[in-house]
Amino acid sequence: MSAHPTTNRFIDNATEALADPQLQRAMTNVRSGFIDKRAAVAAKLPEFEALRDSARDIKNHALAHLDLYLERYEANVTAAGGHVHWARTAEEARKIILGICHEAGAKTVTKGKSMISEEIALNAALDAAGIVPVETDLGEYIIQLRDEAPSHIIAPAVHLNATQVESDFRRVHTHLDADRDLSEPVQLLTEARQVLRSKFLAADVGITGANFLVAETGSSIIVTNEGNGDLTQTLPKTHIVIASLEKIVPTLEDVSQILRVLARSATGQEMSVYTTFSTGPRRATDLDGPENYHVVILDNGRSSMLGTAFQDMLRCIRCGACMNHCPVYHAVGGHAYGWVYPGPMGAVLTPTLLGVDKAGHLPNASTFCGRCESVCPVRIPLPKMMRHWREHEFERHLSPATMRSGIKFWAFFAKRPALYRFATNLMMNVMGWMGRDTGRFTSLPLASGWTDYRDFPAPQGGTFQSRYQAQRQSTPNNGRAA
Amino acid sequence: MSAREEILSTIRRSLGVTGQEKPRLDTVTERLANAPRGLTVARGQLPHEGQVALFKEQAEATLSSVVDVASYQDVPAAVADYLRQNNLPAQLRIGSDPRMADLDWGKTAIELSHGPSDGNDLAGLNHAFAGVAETGTLVMTASADNPTTINFLPDHALVVVSAKDITGDYETMWSNLRAQYGKGQMPRVVNWVTGPSRSGDIEQVILLGAHGPRRVHIMVVKD
Ligand code: SF4
Repeated sequence: MSAHPTTNRFIDNATEALADPQLQRAMTNVRSGFIDKRAAVAAKLPEFEALRDSARDIKNHALAHLDLYLERYEANVTAAGGHVHWARTAEEARKIILGICHEAGAKTVTKGKSMISEEIALNAALDAAGIVPVETDLGEYIIQLRDEAPSHIIAPAVHLNATQVESDFRRVHTHLDADRDLSEPVQLLTEARQVLRSKFLAADVGITGANFLVAETGSSIIVTNEGNGDLTQTLPKTHIVIASLEKIVPTLEDVSQILRVLARSATGQEMSVYTTFSTGPRRATDLDGPENYHVVILDNGRSSMLGTAFQDMLRCIRCGACMNHCPVYHAVGGHAYGWVYPGPMGAVLTPTLLGVDKAGHLPNASTFCGRCESVCPVRIPLPKMMRHWREHEFERHLSPATMRSGIKFWAFFAKRPALYRFATNLMMNVMGWMGRDTGRFTSLPLASGWTDYRDFPAPQGGTFQSRYQAQRQSTPNNGRAA
Repeated sequence: MSAREEILSTIRRSLGVTGQEKPRLDTVTERLANAPRGLTVARGQLPHEGQVALFKEQAEATLSSVVDVASYQDVPAAVADYLRQNNLPAQLRIGSDPRMADLDWGKTAIELSHGPSDGNDLAGLNHAFAGVAETGTLVMTASADNPTTINFLPDHALVVVSAKDITGDYETMWSNLRAQYGKGQMPRVVNWVTGPSRSGDIEQVILLGAHGPRRVHIMVVKD
């Protein structure tokens, strides 16, 4: 799927998604599984908001000095006995990886979860070269059996229900007793563990992504809960890391600051179960670990995002919080976005990687409610960037005429802040009154395309701006002088 | 132009730099040399006894089990207790860490196998480099003494951590690691382990025992 983006079909995809009852049932798990947990764990750490600032600043610093940190990183990997390869494009990355696999005489390759692997459509390339790729993250394994793309960057199979997984396992694991009981999710987990254990032990090459690359030490870092990434990289003779170039952080201290906001934002854990810092191949005295350690650094258009309005997007640490909190994502799921990166981060990133002509609809997949930015651990101004894309697309006259007039309407108010405040306050009051019984709308004039499928939350407590004003007045030292 | 050169030069063009500017070079060199600690998290800033108590509390919160062991001499008995309580055979995989391999295992019925795990062990024992109180995180370093496979392949990961190696935060642990391995030097792998393996990939319900250990049992040695 990743090789053939359907980003152009967003509106059709979304319409189909809204009418899919299985998907709609599964998507309720996003709301229950992520949002409350994140809020609870963030509230337990008084420094959480300050750590978000710290994470943002570290990533900004790393991006501003990216060339120099990449050189230091490379030197340190080499000093530890590893190899660094540079890939301008997805095709170059695939070629490098296939070359290493051929050299290793690889027949099977185990894989830890990697969005970059999805971005470069690596599995299809391995298949075509006669090498069997085995995804080992449970969610990735499930979607590989179904020949689907992930629908979430950290929960790839979030669009599925347990009964669907059960029928996939029965279809594929034909060597197991047909009468076995798989009615409980834990039985599915146990079966996957058994099936994959032998694959881990038999693989010739293990491929993982990297959450971070540490310049100070030449270490690559993976973060998982299952331990699949560790088995992937520890057991085969060759470990290949595939990472995009913005994963660089300067020091171990820097990455420790960022790790404190990553798991909390992603899964609502204080720390993920396994955080692994890998530096080079097995040492002379080691008894286990890979004999060869390769890192493939992928650019794929990112170096050109520096110095543009989209540079901030390169801070993204792929936690998934923006999609977990996005009403559009909740409604349509990840596949509707048509490529590997869904939700608000995908709506910004995909047009930069695929081109606005292919993915120009995605930045419209937003209600501009601002929840993505309010939870992003590295404070990426996602709504602002989606607006950048909309303006860009508008200028290119790719939008349908109604959309153009909509933007004109918005731009009219945006240039007149007082009028905008007045209009939105009025709207909030009217809408708050209309939805006052349940706090939700099930129909909304002129927006039936939306409310036919989704309850529209009734606004509570005024607009952001009026709340901000009230807040400033109650805490006079908090606001900056205007 | 090689891919490497082209990528670096595109980055430099985008950032409007040449890569030769001295202030930038100095900034990078200094940051890597000094590794500033960043924001301090208050939670772990306690007297040492408090850090040990916090480590245990946090490790239990991530569903590891934790026991106190008075001294290294008592580790074999503590391991035997655990195996018995969990109806496991009296068999244990260990590396060659002298703090554990040299103990008097003969007092117990435990049959030891040495070296890395091949995936057929129910229980394995490694020694942690450190414990971090802030999140109840074990820090394991790869070596022949403590092979990485023992952290991941057995169903039951038993881990000894010395109370004196428990730190309040990650930053202090990194300083200790640098003191032992040298600045900029890392063991092949450093594994932070925070609880037993788990997955939420089926309907976002957390289930223990995905690919790694189903249980993590921590023995905190006092002396
Ligand atoms: S944009 Fe922010 S919230 Fe979204 S995945 Fe990236 S870091 Fe997380």
